[in-house]
Amino acid sequence: MNRATLNLWVGVFVVGGFIALLFLAFKVGNFSSGNLGETYSVVAHFDNIGGLKASAPVKSSGVLVGRVVSIQFDTKKYDALVTMRLDKRIPFSTDTMASVLTSGILGEQYVGLETGGEPEMLKDGGEVSHTQGAVVLEKLIGQFFLSKSQEPADATK
Amino acid sequence: MLNKTRQELENVGRMSLDLVSGIGAVFVFLLLTLRYSATSFQRFSLTIREIFFSGVLSLIIILVSGLFVGMVLGLQGYETLQTYGSSESVGVLVALSLTRELGPVVSALLFASRAGSAITAEIGLMKATEQLSAMEMMAINPIARVVGPRFWGGVLSMPILTAMFIGTGVLGGYIIAVLLIGVDSGAFWSQMNAAVDFSHDVVNGLLKSFVFGLAICSIATYQGYAAAPTAEGVSGATTRTVVSSSLAILALDLVLTAFMLKG
Repeated sequence: MNRATLNLWVGVFVVGGFIALLFLAFKVGNFSSGNLGETYSVVAHFDNIGGLKASAPVKSSGVLVGRVVSIQFDTKKYDALVTMRLDKRIPFSTDTMASVLTSGILGEQYVGLETGGEPEMLKDGGEVSHTQGAVVLEKLIGQFFLSKSQEPADATK
Repeated sequence: MLNKTRQELENVGRMSLDLVSGIGAVFVFLLLTLRYSATSFQRFSLTIREIFFSGVLSLIIILVSGLFVGMVLGLQGYETLQTYGSSESVGVLVALSLTRELGPVVSALLFASRAGSAITAEIGLMKATEQLSAMEMMAINPIARVVGPRFWGGVLSMPILTAMFIGTGVLGGYIIAVLLIGVDSGAFWSQMNAAVDFSHDVVNGLLKSFVFGLAICSIATYQGYAAAPTAEGVSGATTRTVVSSSLAILALDLVLTAFMLKG
């Protein structure tokens, strides 16, 4: 086999490899959604983050607006300190409400943001003060049984 | 009785020593190959020829196996996920298992038996017919001229083959799940897209395959170079290449997975 055919075949092979890699990057994986362009960071304290992980999505009305950068334990307030990066084009008011939510019943956990009515907007490094932590299933079931056990007593009155 | 126990213990000891010295010999040979691998890049046409023989000629087996592995994953995944009412997740299942484990490992196993054995047989036969000694007589370093290009050709081919294996595997899963069974196409791709992380899953999978390529090619070239220069010796070396590189792939996979999942 002469050298030109050999080079041709190896060229086809390498180009095929690149096409496969691009397919894996954009069609199979989420190479594009990882970067948000310009961002600003905000922090929020949660009493309980549940199963929230770093790089989890931050959504508002279900639309991806940012990602969780880091989760730390705050030893002053004894709660979780979550740092998020939000898209610079999407400003949120200073009285924005942040809550840890779950997509679907067994889906991944994310931070949901609901903007408030304040005219002032969150700045880089600002803090979201209104937060609601993750719902713990055990506590919910406990409350349910507690209310159930009190019900018959109310009914006999 | 005591004599027999002693003999058994001696056997165990000898086997362990052989194993360790074998790993050491392969590693020393790898370092030697790396030291003399300048030729492989200065005369890149030599390496291109080897990429053709180990990479391009392995394409058929890699692509066909990838397609079938993906199809089987699609069928089995659908069967199980359907009982939980989440058959759309079959795309996630196929893509994650292929990118993280099956793609690198299966394509490396196929590569070891298709290309690794060929490298060993070629170098072994060159040794048996005294071509390597003839090169030394002409002051040509056989490690630089024969081993280096084969080593680098294999190492460079391995990640490319793995990427193609994963790609065709995902397409195979798509053919079964979407085209034949009728899972919703949009949900199939979008759930897969959300679950597979490029840097965490795809790049780590290709990194694994690169390490496997290094292991296979150093074992294959070493076995060929160290083969007894007889017909029997070459056949034994070819068998050892396939067996020990398969074991090396599986053992390395465990170690690499443990490291990658932690991070």
